[in-house]
Amino acid sequence: MTSALSIRDLKKTYKNGHVALKGISLDVARGDFFALLGPNGAGKSTTIGIIASLINKTSGQVSIFGHDIETDTAAAKSCLGLVPQEINFNQFEPVVEIVANQAGYYGIPRAEAFARAERYLKQLGLWEKRRSMARTLSGGMKRRLMIARALVHEPRLLILDEPTAGVDIEIRRSMWQFLREINAAGTTIILTTHYLEEAESLCRHVAIIDEGELIENTSTRQLLNTLHMETFILDIQNPLARLPELSGHSVRLVDECTLEADVSKDRAMNQLFHDLSTHDIKVLSMRNKSNRLEQLFMRLVEGNGSTGVEP
Amino acid sequence: MTPQQKFTAFRTILTKEVLRFARIWIQTVLPPMITTALYFIIFGNLIGPRIGEMDGFLYMDFIVPGLIMMSVITNSYANVVSSFYGSKFQRHIEEMLVTPVPNYVILTGFIGGGVARGLTCGIAVTLVSLFFTSLSIHNLWVMFSMIVLTAILFSLAGFINGAYAKSFDDISIIPTFILTPLTYLGGIFYSIKMLPEFWQNVSLANPILYMINAFRYGFLGISDIRLAASYAISIAFIALLYGFSILLLRTGRGIRT
Repeated sequence: MTSALSIRDLKKTYKNGHVALKGISLDVARGDFFALLGPNGAGKSTTIGIIASLINKTSGQVSIFGHDIETDTAAAKSCLGLVPQEINFNQFEPVVEIVANQAGYYGIPRAEAFARAERYLKQLGLWEKRRSMARTLSGGMKRRLMIARALVHEPRLLILDEPTAGVDIEIRRSMWQFLREINAAGTTIILTTHYLEEAESLCRHVAIIDEGELIENTSTRQLLNTLHMETFILDIQNPLARLPELSGHSVRLVDECTLEADVSKDRAMNQLFHDLSTHDIKVLSMRNKSNRLEQLFMRLVEGNGSTGVEP
Repeated sequence: MTPQQKFTAFRTILTKEVLRFARIWIQTVLPPMITTALYFIIFGNLIGPRIGEMDGFLYMDFIVPGLIMMSVITNSYANVVSSFYGSKFQRHIEEMLVTPVPNYVILTGFIGGGVARGLTCGIAVTLVSLFFTSLSIHNLWVMFSMIVLTAILFSLAGFINGAYAKSFDDISIIPTFILTPLTYLGGIFYSIKMLPEFWQNVSLANPILYMINAFRYGFLGISDIRLAASYAISIAFIALLYGFSILLLRTGRGIRT
């Protein structure tokens, strides 16, 4: 069975000489929920731009569900829905027209286009705003409008370039749920995000691009298994003036009521709790210091020599 | 895409373009009506009687076709250049570029919008002229075909300007420094027979002269230029600019990096 997306030795050099992609190859399986990660300027948006025919590639091949974007362009484009990073709709058009017009560009008749616009605007909680000018929408609504627009022709592959950037947590969670539902219904999804919690929570496979090269491409579970050490924050009941000797553990006193502990994945945590109890330290709650995928991401891109990383 | 789907895509772009200028009719349709009314008052009513007849017609009647044509030229050009550059500037041209809609359908949609605004303004100016004079039509087919060809030609020119433009300054330079002078020197207010022979020959290099004269023939039955030459020039320029516009879209000039 052909992949939803197949990229072979994709290279891009801009006119100013900047080499954005140095020959990446990548496959995304049908029905997958795939994360494309990388620091700023790594080449993620260039890759997406080429897939969506918005950027001319220098060399290499890209095919969507087996349709080459160069030789079978119309069929490839019909399979793809794109939610770009930047707002790119006409801010002076009513919401419903933006979505219905997009359907029209795919040749969907006007009546059907408006019916689909209604369906997706309702699903994304924008139906009440259908007659509003797009410029009057909040940031989160504008992002949801772009998702509705990308879905109106019912693409088999949906690419979202940082869809939840600047969106509050409540709306972000509802967007996650919506994306899970359309993925479960069969749509292949590729997501780029700076919120690595988002990638960890949603995506089954992860690829990391850095400086125009693919430095990791594996399943999320397999990637997380390579993480040997996790750091936990422990909230304790009784304030501590200083930390007692806890041999065999790497524990730091953050403030009088908070400890930070590095725990190796091959060690049970019971020993740490036992030793804390011995010193009459009662733990009220415990949480990860940082997202696990974020730790891996930092390790991989720092190992690749990147500077100024912003996961 | 099937022919039916392409037609739906074309109709969508055309409707979007028409709604765009219709929503802001105070900026798009009203100004040419006011400007032309002023031309009629000043050149037709106040100065015209002192000039007397031009090619056997009242001066007011002589300038009406040229003023209608000027409004068609400037508005069809302005519509496409501002709409296409605006879609690049706000990046909503990407809405079309990610779809399978062919380049010629995108171009035809934008040109259709330019023609619609050009003709709307032409009709509006014609209605204004009825307050100042009674119009006679010598050849409706020539009048109609020439105004449509002109609107198509200047819509294409506006599209090319929009494709090359990198700033809002770039979309006003061509209309200000090239289009307006060529229009004014294209025989709206005078017959080129009034000019010395040298300047008559120079005027023949101005394509707008051919269109205004053919359009005037449609109204009054007089022209400084042979009708066949006017059609040949208009069609040749349309073919040239259409081919160039398609090339710009194919290579992604100004819209793809």
